[in-house]
Amino acid sequence: MTLPATMRRVLPQLVALLVILALNTAIAPGFLDVAFANGRLYGSLIDILNRGAPVALLAIGMTLVIATRGIDLSVGAVMAIAGAVAAALITTGQPLAVTLVATLGAGALCGLWNGALVAFLGIQPIIATLILMVAGRGIAQLITEGIILTFNDPGLVFVGSGTVLGVPFPIILWVVIGLCVSLLFRVTALGLLVEAIGVNRRASTLAGIGTSALLLAVYAASGLCAAVAGVVAAADIMGADANNAGLWLELDAILAVVVGGNSLMGGRFSIAGSLIGAMIIQSVNTGILLAGFPPEFNLVIKAAIIVVILVVQSPASHTLSAYFRHRPGAAQDRSAGAVRAAGKTGSAGKEAVR
Amino acid sequence: MRTLKTLAGAVAFAALMAGSALAADMTVGFSQIGSESGWRAAETTLTKEQAEKRGIDLKFADAQQKQENQIKAIRSFIAQGVDAILLAPVVATGWDQVLEEAKDAEIPVVLLDRQVDSSDDLYLTAVGSDLEHEGAVAGDWLVKAVGDKPCNVVQLEGTTGSSPAIKRKEGFEKAVSGHDNIKIVRSQTGDFTRTKGKEVMESFLKAENGGKDICALYAHNDDMALGAIQAIKEAGLKPGKDILVVSIDSVPDIFLAMQNGEANASVELTPNMAGPAFDALEAYFKDKKQPPKFIQTESKLYTQDDDPKSVYEAKKNQGY
Amino acid sequence: MAASEPLLRAEGISKDFLGVTALSGVDFDLAAGEIHALVGENGAGKSTLIKILTGAYRRDAGRIVLSGEPISPSDVMEAQSLGIGTVYQEVNLLPNLTVAENLFLGREPKRFGLIDRRAANRRSREILAQYGLSIDVSAQLSAYSVAVRQIVAIARAVDLSGKVLILDEPTASLDAAEVSRLFAILEDLKARGLGIVFITHFFDQVYRIADRVTILRNGHKVATRPLAGLERLELVSMMLGRELKEEESHRAPAGEAGERPVVARFRGVGKRGRIAPFDLDLRAGEVVGVAGLLGSGRTETAELMFGIAQPDEGRVEVDGRPAGFASPRDAIAEGFGFCPEDRKQDGIIDDLSVRENIVLALQARRGWTKPLSRKEQEAIADRYIAALDIRTSDREKPIKFLSGGNQQKVILARWLATDPRLLILDEPTRGIDVGAHAEIIRLIGELRERGMSLLVISSELEEIVAYATRVRILADRRHAGELDAGAISADAIMRAIAAGERHGDGQGRAAEIMQEGAA
Repeated sequence: MTLPATMRRVLPQLVALLVILALNTAIAPGFLDVAFANGRLYGSLIDILNRGAPVALLAIGMTLVIATRGIDLSVGAVMAIAGAVAAALITTGQPLAVTLVATLGAGALCGLWNGALVAFLGIQPIIATLILMVAGRGIAQLITEGIILTFNDPGLVFVGSGTVLGVPFPIILWVVIGLCVSLLFRVTALGLLVEAIGVNRRASTLAGIGTSALLLAVYAASGLCAAVAGVVAAADIMGADANNAGLWLELDAILAVVVGGNSLMGGRFSIAGSLIGAMIIQSVNTGILLAGFPPEFNLVIKAAIIVVILVVQSPASHTLSAYFRHRPGAAQDRSAGAVRAAGKTGSAGKEAVR
Repeated sequence: MRTLKTLAGAVAFAALMAGSALAADMTVGFSQIGSESGWRAAETTLTKEQAEKRGIDLKFADAQQKQENQIKAIRSFIAQGVDAILLAPVVATGWDQVLEEAKDAEIPVVLLDRQVDSSDDLYLTAVGSDLEHEGAVAGDWLVKAVGDKPCNVVQLEGTTGSSPAIKRKEGFEKAVSGHDNIKIVRSQTGDFTRTKGKEVMESFLKAENGGKDICALYAHNDDMALGAIQAIKEAGLKPGKDILVVSIDSVPDIFLAMQNGEANASVELTPNMAGPAFDALEAYFKDKKQPPKFIQTESKLYTQDDDPKSVYEAKKNQGY
Repeated sequence: MAASEPLLRAEGISKDFLGVTALSGVDFDLAAGEIHALVGENGAGKSTLIKILTGAYRRDAGRIVLSGEPISPSDVMEAQSLGIGTVYQEVNLLPNLTVAENLFLGREPKRFGLIDRRAANRRSREILAQYGLSIDVSAQLSAYSVAVRQIVAIARAVDLSGKVLILDEPTASLDAAEVSRLFAILEDLKARGLGIVFITHFFDQVYRIADRVTILRNGHKVATRPLAGLERLELVSMMLGRELKEEESHRAPAGEAGERPVVARFRGVGKRGRIAPFDLDLRAGEVVGVAGLLGSGRTETAELMFGIAQPDEGRVEVDGRPAGFASPRDAIAEGFGFCPEDRKQDGIIDDLSVRENIVLALQARRGWTKPLSRKEQEAIADRYIAALDIRTSDREKPIKFLSGGNQQKVILARWLATDPRLLILDEPTRGIDVGAHAEIIRLIGELRERGMSLLVISSELEEIVAYATRVRILADRRHAGELDAGAISADAIMRAIAAGERHGDGQGRAAEIMQEGAA
């Protein structure tokens, strides 16, 4: 019961992903080839999984925040802070473990700051997180003193470009973290409580849910995910680039969540959907790079594809397809079709995940 | 730390300004944009170094990316009766009035690094690099390096639509255009960043037979080249040998790559704009010699033969 | 009534929503100079019929004839221009515009192509004078009470349309004096020859104002009857489709309350500007009714008791131990439960399923690390769906698709699942249909008999009389008195409230409303 339900929930996203991959294959012969070379898997598919890691990691935290009817604009800046903290500590000779713990701590702290503004001061999430989005990059620049702070510590570099059994480590990171967070929220009652807050925060408080603590935790989780993404991005280029690390990635992460079929109005959420959303976005990016169009077209092509995906997912198009199935032409199938259609409209993008 | 130093410096200069009438050979005010990049910081460092070397009393004002701060600084320089003003303008427009004021006070103004829209009789001269020339220097190096062997080049462009991206592309393409053995097979933007440089290079490698069909990489800045070098290594190829790497800017890190044999050449966008500016001013004050309206800085080419280790050490301390 | 051609006639109106029948072959007619009530339980099809008459929905079948002409309005604007105007429960005006701007929105009088503000104000005053309202028409609408806004909305609808006026639950947020005033206006409009369709849940009002009534049930018309000579019981049974058992008005037994254990004790608990300090003991097995006018401090009392707002003085004891509630969570931990007045805003989690809504408070109390398994959740949900007779096709249906009465039962189930000792109900029967109304009243009695302590806030005096073992009277933001079991009657409560209001500094809200118009 549970597995098919989950599959049904992300089916439109899976279909979209497959269509994009098919397009890529048509554009770039050999797109699907995966080889084993230099002790690692090698191929465009692997690139997509690997390059999509930062957005996928951000999308995990962003999904939770959006489920509470919030938004976290600061994740890109938190990535820059995390990269800067990691690089600064490792270059001053701190051991890897200390560096990683401090970096994740910095990310969680950023998240707690956002959460406190939202939960205790009642500031709208978009404004509350805008503060750190603007200030965060400045903080990162203070830490790196305005330069690209490079490092060579093999342990830290491993996070970005190491492999386990040939699989690049960032892929393992986002898959494992995604699975763990999904399980945590579905096996415990956190999923239900977070969804309740997102649909109606006041009613949730009246029902006895500790809404403030939960909001705090959710933003902290988003900060943690951003910190992991920041370490991956910095380790990938063996340097902390405070100006550019994670730049605009908050928007890609939000897009991944939405393309993953989650509503910005909060409530029902699917982390699996968001992760597939992240892979859809990265597949589009990689496809554009492989296609060899002039770079002036990159953003237009990307926007066009995203628009198509969102239009196909929109409630209006569900209603429309229900209408066509319901036309008198299909008279003998009328009642059966109607029931199906009614079920479908009701569930448009919001069906239970469990 | 660096920020603290800069701050302390600024305070010291401000103090100097307040009590100045110190008898130096020449007093010059310098209105800098800010310190948004490593290159900009190096420009500030080198300007101060050059002034000290020549015994020039330099008054420094950091505008923190705001034109109004720059205009205020220039008016204050005029009020203090400096001998000359260096201006690195944050934007191109809106300078007419304050430049008129400087002209009325008979204080020559030298523009650094960027141009303005005002009529050219309002300033003495402008010192800057020629972006197209930089691309041409890189292209010429590649032409010489490959001789008449066939060579497929991939290009990492700067941010789409930015003038360095357009000019550096044109200069390079012109330089290689007469040589039929050199072909630019792929060209894509890497947004001047290491991350995008690496990602785009990965896709180039996939698209061109695992990189076996690529002979050289031309990147519009060193950071993209540094990202791409990692991608080439992860693909199991040797950057600098299997794939030649030439880029522009000459930031310190590219010299480390050259020393390791992973990068081949870099064209310098010199942060020393003040040197030629002071030369022109000194000549102007000595025998009223009018300099040309544009002084082009040298676009020096560095290769693995130029002792990259010591260049790195030298550059490292310039504030990049 | 009208033997000739009626003003408005609808025949065989049908409407499906994606295979679900909302209306099926409904006939309806309205004479000029008639007030016609439209009643039915929630989901009977009242609002669908209204929306078809006003062009908000397209009908699937049937025809509509207005003044002898067949019409097919495709939107609300067209229906208005044909002569059918509507006023909804949530007044559809713009509070940040002036009264005159609201009256003439979209059809402002023009002079030289510019809006002639002076003419608009003059004509607004003329129009409102017909309704006995002389107010400053250049003031923002938000400066006036809901009652005045409603009159402005009616004035606009009549001025725009002029033949048929449809009122969708116009009295839901009005008090008695305001209702009387509204009815006087309706009588006047009726005398001017308008046909008026009136939707309400209140039987008293149907009998007071309407000439005829049409009863809908499950998308079908049950009957159209003149009210003269129609028994209440008959009307109710037509609505419910079954005979009512004897009216649920058995008096709660006068308790030997003194001997029952005190569950919660409030001493001098108050909050400045909200409610004056009060003492209150709540015992097991009793129902304390709370009565008072709107704004007398009823909800404020409940909020202090449940930790939604924090008192700035006084102390609370639970089972004789001192307790303090920083949040509803703390109150719930002590075994309290609270059904809020505003079900939609504060009660239901509308996108979540009936099951999730039922288990929510229990799950929140257990904490996130001790989840109820899916099986346990289903068992709890099924138990209460059966016990409270919650009408839903499926426990996984989002609660927003349930009728108001069933939503209220789900909220009750949410608290019953936590096995509370003290349950606070704020207007538990507001805006729900007659059947659910009676069931909730019966349930309150059952819970009391099982030894639960209940505090029930209600503006329905008959209701309080039916279940309360004693009644707290609130007036002017303070607890003004209490009626013991023996003394409880609607009359006594009303007198106590009136005495309380007179006693305080407040002028009494009823008087206020009357003056607003007369000024």
